[in-house]
Amino acid sequence: MFPRQASFPCWAMMALRAVVAVLLCGSAAAESEREELKDLFFGAAMFQAYQGNYFDAIVGLDTELDQYRQLDEPELDPFTAHLGQAEFSVGDLELSYRMHLEAGRAIEAVLKGDVPQPVRNEAAYRLAKIHYHKQQPLNALHALEMIDGRVPERVRADEQFLRARVYMELGRFEDAVELLRDLKGEKSLDGFVQYNLGIALLKSGEEERGVLELAALGKNRSSDPEKQALYDKTNLLLGTYLVEADQLALARTYFDRVNLEGPFSNRALLGAGWVEARAGRYDRALVPWKLLQERRVTDEAVQEAMLAVPYAYGKLDVHSTAAINYGRALEVFGNEIDTLSASIDSVRAGKFLEALRRKEATQVKNWVVALRQLPDAPETHYLLDLMASNDYQNFLRNYRDLNDLFERNKEWLKSLSAYEDIIELRRAYYEPLLPDLDRKFRELDARIHLRMEQRDKFQRRIDQMLVTRRPEYLANADEQYARLRLQSMRELLAAGPRHYSEEVEARIARLEGVLNWRLATEYDDRLTDAYKHLQELNVEIAKLQTVYQSYVRSRQAATQSYTGYNGKIHTLREQLLNAQSRLETLMARQGKMLESLAVNELERRRSQLEGYQIKARFALADSYDRANELQEQRADQRKIEQYRAKQAELIPQDTPQELQAPASEGGDQ
Amino acid sequence: MIRILQLTILLLVCAANAQDVSREDIRGLDEQIQGVKKDVIDLTAELTQLEEKLLFPSNTQVSFFVSLADLQPFDLEAVELKLNNEIVAHHLYTFREIEALQKGGVQKIYTGNVQTGSYPLEVTFIGKVQSGKEVKASASYQVDKEVGPKFVEIRIAGNESAINFKDW
Repeated sequence: MFPRQASFPCWAMMALRAVVAVLLCGSAAAESEREELKDLFFGAAMFQAYQGNYFDAIVGLDTELDQYRQLDEPELDPFTAHLGQAEFSVGDLELSYRMHLEAGRAIEAVLKGDVPQPVRNEAAYRLAKIHYHKQQPLNALHALEMIDGRVPERVRADEQFLRARVYMELGRFEDAVELLRDLKGEKSLDGFVQYNLGIALLKSGEEERGVLELAALGKNRSSDPEKQALYDKTNLLLGTYLVEADQLALARTYFDRVNLEGPFSNRALLGAGWVEARAGRYDRALVPWKLLQERRVTDEAVQEAMLAVPYAYGKLDVHSTAAINYGRALEVFGNEIDTLSASIDSVRAGKFLEALRRKEATQVKNWVVALRQLPDAPETHYLLDLMASNDYQNFLRNYRDLNDLFERNKEWLKSLSAYEDIIELRRAYYEPLLPDLDRKFRELDARIHLRMEQRDKFQRRIDQMLVTRRPEYLANADEQYARLRLQSMRELLAAGPRHYSEEVEARIARLEGVLNWRLATEYDDRLTDAYKHLQELNVEIAKLQTVYQSYVRSRQAATQSYTGYNGKIHTLREQLLNAQSRLETLMARQGKMLESLAVNELERRRSQLEGYQIKARFALADSYDRANELQEQRADQRKIEQYRAKQAELIPQDTPQELQAPASEGGDQ
Repeated sequence: MIRILQLTILLLVCAANAQDVSREDIRGLDEQIQGVKKDVIDLTAELTQLEEKLLFPSNTQVSFFVSLADLQPFDLEAVELKLNNEIVAHHLYTFREIEALQKGGVQKIYTGNVQTGSYPLEVTFIGKVQSGKEVKASASYQVDKEVGPKFVEIRIAGNESAINFKDW
């Protein structure tokens, strides 16, 4: 297999021409109407590509392209019809398989080639996309600056959108706003343009317009979970922005718009609670927080809510309920810290990578979440946020790719051993047979050659007879014999005149005459018969030749089935072993990165929980104190009230006797 | 793109962690991974060619390919191939495979070895048309194997309950 070349030999020019043809025709047509298949193996490679089996698809297309490039007259090959699509598909597949360098090199080769400007523009756009995804916005901008004039219609909107995002990455928000405004209404980018426009407006200082843009987007509702997630994210972003801008009255609306079942709901509930809390409405803050408190405890927002709920109760002077909730939070935090410690140990012990290497990793949806159910596996709910990051996703995919390649190579190594066994079996079978077969074949070959020479001789004679009449050629065996005898008699007569007599002469002449007469009169029929027989002979000879060729091929195939492989297999095995060692090293390095990022994340969450734990302990103690204080106050209050009540009971309703005038004192007396 | 947008907020959380591993380290490793991928792709292509040459030499090689003729949606569920009255392939289709066929992909369903000559090929398929109605059909074809490798495309027109064959 040839490596992809940077220079432009003739096949490359043909490829470019085909690329141009593909681009000029536009792929939109291909989408609505399936292109007629001209090459079966191209279709087979695309079958893999359409399933997302990037590796198999790239191998298939690369093989096709290499074979095509080795042809003497490639333009006659049916693959020519798919050449352009194949070239671009390989580039796209390499991008999907995270081989940006290779894809970038292929695109740069197109840029260096003598191609029409629209093709160059599309190639520049693709290169910019690669740089953007590799988080190199400046390089992406340089690639975009190579675009001269308009890009092909079907990628025009994407190119503008990419340019706007590059500007945003580079802090050129005003430029981005201008582009994004033009893109509004573009169906294929529905939602994403408004989202980015809203952010660009906020960042460029046009806060009011930005808020309006995002608010309009956030009002939408969709049954498509991905679209709904975008709307939820917009509302969450807007709510958070308004809280930070101290516009609490407005913020709550946006938090409330977030779908309660969506991926952003926990943060929205937490945000909604804080809006109310900051406004001093703790009773209202408790509504979203209590809802959140019942959700999965591994979520950061839920853990925060576990502290927020008792905090609100505390503010509402319900310290006993606050204390109960702090107690509950402490218990949960304690358990989660233990889970996190066990998870960190599990990751450090290599269980995480072991789980990622399992076959289910590529077959089970949300495998990363599912793997937590394996014995000794880490609690992956804590890693979900980390795993959602671009870097981590790339590490994870690369790790799996390396593992996949390692497993594939392992199978190839096994296959090579099996091939060697097959070769030895074939050698053991064929080698003893071949000498005897070859001897018989040589005999047969000699006979075949003899017959072939005879046929050629007949052919030559018939050809001659078609030009010159030669009746003697058509004499049968008896006639030939008679002719030769008459000839020898004439020679005898000429040599010895003593045998000569007129009668003998006359008899010979008569016999010659009879013979010649017969040959002359039957000449045409005999020639026709001879020609027919030659045709029949040709048929037989052709059959013989087929058998002969078949034998030669079988003989050759038998030899080829076991000779000439050892060197190749040896070289391939060496290459495989070398690749395996590189793969192992790279897997170890990539695995280490995955592990250390996972451990860092788990440690971060653990230390966060430890912080929460300390806060909760202090708050719990404080709540108890306050509750006790309150209880004491209430008890005191009660005592006072009881005392007062008692006092009230002691004082009669009527005027106390002692206060009454001793009227009867004197009177009685 | 959707994922990137969805996860922007989450990225903020993870940014600090990602920084623990230097960008240079990440880039260097990534480039090495890309390099080894390219080498393994090249190596696999060579190994595949060797395998084909060794196990399916061109004088005996016969391969069958399945494709869908329909532009209308048709869910192919299973295909069975009988060559010379022996079942040589039986395939149940996954959702992704059906989708790949519908987009114009061609599945290499069987590769084997036969001597030169004629062999009966019998193909049966089961699938569902858009209305949910089950469709089943069979068709026969004579495979004439000559000296070179033999490739036959089995084109299934599910909506018409038909199977067409094409020699390549």
